[in-house]
Amino acid sequence: MGKTMAEKILAKAAGAKEASPGDLLDVFPHVAMSHENAGLVAKSFKEIGTGKLYDPDRIVIIFDHRVPAESEKTAEGHKTVREFVKKHGIKNFFDINTGICHQVLPEQGFCRPGEVLVGTDSHTTTHGAFGVFSTGIGATEMAAVWATGKLWLMVPETIKVVVKGKFAPGVYSKDLILHIIGKLRADGADYKSIEFFGPAIDEMTIASRMVLTNLSMEAGAKSAMIPPDQKTIDYVKSVTDKPFEVIKPDPDAHYCQTLEIDLGQLTPQIACPHMVDNVKPLAEVAGTQIHQALLGSCTNGRLEDLEEGARQLRGRRVHPEVRMLVIPASWKVYRQALDKGLIAAYIDAGAVVLNPGCGPCLGAHQGLLAPGERCISSTNRNFQGRMGSTQAEVYLASPAAVVASAVAGKITLPEVN
Amino acid sequence: MKFCGTVFKYGNDVNTDVIFPGRYLKVWEPAEMAKYAMEDIDKEFAKKVKKGDIIVAGKYFGCGSSREQAATCLKAAGVSVVIAESFARIFYRNAINLGLPIMVCPEIGQIAEAGHQLEVEPTTGEVKNLTTGKTAKAKVLPPFILEILGDGGLIPHLQKKMKKAS
Repeated sequence: MGKTMAEKILAKAAGAKEASPGDLLDVFPHVAMSHENAGLVAKSFKEIGTGKLYDPDRIVIIFDHRVPAESEKTAEGHKTVREFVKKHGIKNFFDINTGICHQVLPEQGFCRPGEVLVGTDSHTTTHGAFGVFSTGIGATEMAAVWATGKLWLMVPETIKVVVKGKFAPGVYSKDLILHIIGKLRADGADYKSIEFFGPAIDEMTIASRMVLTNLSMEAGAKSAMIPPDQKTIDYVKSVTDKPFEVIKPDPDAHYCQTLEIDLGQLTPQIACPHMVDNVKPLAEVAGTQIHQALLGSCTNGRLEDLEEGARQLRGRRVHPEVRMLVIPASWKVYRQALDKGLIAAYIDAGAVVLNPGCGPCLGAHQGLLAPGERCISSTNRNFQGRMGSTQAEVYLASPAAVVASAVAGKITLPEVN
Repeated sequence: MKFCGTVFKYGNDVNTDVIFPGRYLKVWEPAEMAKYAMEDIDKEFAKKVKKGDIIVAGKYFGCGSSREQAATCLKAAGVSVVIAESFARIFYRNAINLGLPIMVCPEIGQIAEAGHQLEVEPTTGEVKNLTTGKTAKAKVLPPFILEILGDGGLIPHLQKKMKKAS
């Protein structure tokens, strides 16, 4: 019987001939990424007591969660990590001026097909868009990876998602994945991997594919992958000289579940408070008043998202009772958006353009909500208290819907003419 | 390794943002983390919880962020074991790695209510409600996970292994 991508990639990284769901393997990840929590990882690493990193070149550290430091405590944390990086010769360190880890990793060539990537961040599933088995782990486990080079992983079952048809105007990959999460529910892919197939996936840009794999975490996925095609290979070769081996699933691979979706039926979707699987057609909640609109994040802060949002502005200003925040996913994206005049368009519209980072998405800083306030956001979580007050509400939608709503002052369908 | 304590009961989909809110992620000291445990779902928890107490929950406990502080803060607050109908995978791993026992028990919601006294034996999966006399069976953790928990978490476990090897 054929094998899925997860089965093939994990077997290879464990040096095993083959692997099946339920097998426990000692896997050697090619990339081990941390952000600010590298401080916690370093603390645990010191406790282990080997004093020696298994391979410093596999370690990547990217500051993004609280940049620039919003408090003295964070500043101390940043300082500790910088000192650790220097002491141990970790060359893949990206300080506060690079961007959000899930955008920086591919930009810097760390997402190579056929490899295994672990990160101390749940949305590490993002990198499956490049055919990488990528999954989130905790800081203590990462310390063990730093020291021993390996971790145990259970080979997951895989859900096959096949997407056909074409997106209607005003409908995007964000709407597709919200729809899928609504169907699978928040725990529908817990302990499982997802593989995406179909002509609609083939046609998607790399950035749109990353939205699918990023948000697959919100269905509980351990990993979410898109079999690499020429588009993937061209992108990866443009950012790294390192060799890689594309691993695709066998045509007769076994899937525990198959989900078929026809884009022709799909309308703009929205995840309502306080769970990402509380998904409705956006039209059902249209007219709901908002106080903040957030465009950006590791989910939807890439150039095409900023372009799509700017198209919705059409020279109009953000509603006077709405605070609109724009957060490009990386400084590279920020620079490109500057060149294209997008940043000027947002500033002219009255939006606040913030530096790349995670900031308000996880309620760390830069635009939190007061009790009774409501935000429409292109980010990936709407849990109670996630963006400030536990009495506030967060709705998740596409960049186009976020900007259209910011202008209207209420939740609004993207304009399509 | 037998646990006995008072039940704190929660529903389905308790996420790591309500277990340990993002605004406290800069905190690294377990004792301080304990003060914020469950703050956004139960403001009384940190004040009331005593050493040995037990969290009972529904499906998909610990979903969301990979922050291991969600497990650290519960352990530091004195929680002896979390018993839920199911867990999100990253929380499950973090709990084991930090030495916080967790057990899957699909019937737990039916036999335990807040305030009840529960007795739990992880090596056999026996769960006994001392207040009502009702019992349930939790899934027994695989031996290698019990070993990590018995050592107090992944770090002491690795330290022990290295000592043996040298």
